[in-house]
Amino acid sequence: MADSLIIGLVVFVLASFVGFEVINKVPPTLHTPLMSGSNAISGIAVVGALLVAGSGNGTVTTVLGVVAIALATVNVVGGFLVTDRMLQMFKKKEARS
Amino acid sequence: MNNTLDSLLLNGIQLAYLAAASLFIVGLKQLGSPATARRGNVLAAVGMLVAIAATLLDRGIIDYTLIAVGILIGSAVGVVMAQKVEMTAMPQMVGLLNGLGGGASTLVAIAEFWRLTGTGQALPLGSVLTIILSVFIGGITLTGSLVAFAKLQELLSGVPIIFPLQRFVSLGLIGLFLVGSVLLIAEPNDPTIFLVLVAISLILGVLFAIPIGGADMPVAISLLNSFSGLAASAAGFVLFNNMLIISGALVGASGIILTQIMCKAMNRSLPNVLFSAFSKAKEKAAG
Repeated sequence: MADSLIIGLVVFVLASFVGFEVINKVPPTLHTPLMSGSNAISGIAVVGALLVAGSGNGTVTTVLGVVAIALATVNVVGGFLVTDRMLQMFKKKEARS
Repeated sequence: MNNTLDSLLLNGIQLAYLAAASLFIVGLKQLGSPATARRGNVLAAVGMLVAIAATLLDRGIIDYTLIAVGILIGSAVGVVMAQKVEMTAMPQMVGLLNGLGGGASTLVAIAEFWRLTGTGQALPLGSVLTIILSVFIGGITLTGSLVAFAKLQELLSGVPIIFPLQRFVSLGLIGLFLVGSVLLIAEPNDPTIFLVLVAISLILGVLFAIPIGGADMPVAISLLNSFSGLAASAAGFVLFNNMLIISGALVGASGIILTQIMCKAMNRSLPNVLFSAFSKAKEKAAG
């Protein structure tokens, strides 16, 4: 129990460093698409929702889990599609000019 | 025979998670440069697909019908929203989606609390702490993002909304949350205390977002995006799931950096963006 908390903490801190380092010098036009893309990634909560909803642990847990699946899926699907639409627009703009 | 198959599956899922996390990292990296941004977005989406597919193989999942319903509804709504939204309305769209993600993390934590208390045994300290953290960050992300959306969509006035003693109310609520947390740690199976904590988090999210003006809202949404990553990470601690912890940390950290970059582009500091309404009100009162 304590072990898995510590392992989780190690993973969390190292992944945070990766997150800090992976972003640098982003041109202003990409601010919103980058925000939108990383927002779609945070829809990873869907994984937690799947585990909770599918485990067959009583009505309340299952219902909360299914609602969480729906919300997180909107976040994921909408997020990636919206990001692609934004980036598509930049491409067209560049081609025209 | 069955055991080897099980451990094969278990290792396979973890390896798929590793692949998905790598795709997220490369995708984020590529999203930051104009030439590769579109490919980066696709890579991240593929990573998400891998993560979801791997999770569906988990042996703990026994019922797929309701899962399918949830995914179908979510996908349909997501597709329609993404197609209908005007290009000018993108920031609030991201805000709304972000709120939903934060809401999902909160619900996962609440569901896990329900499941654990349902077993009749006292919740272990580690679980209580991570569930409290998860509800706190997730709740603020949910309502904060919804208010940000409402302001940009002009459902709420775009001007900063402040009321007397607002900061003290916020601080008081945070204090109350801490007290409630201690009470819950002492009495881990009390649903009333838990629900009060959920409610306080939701109110704090509103109080966080209403003083921020419409023009500064994209920065606030970027910060809330970082929060939603942390909320997912916290949910990962609740469920002991590395995929959630890694991706949440990635979004949390990169979101903070992006927020700073956006502030710099406006020649502002983050505290200035978040709290300028209060100093302006003070100036008005003084002058």
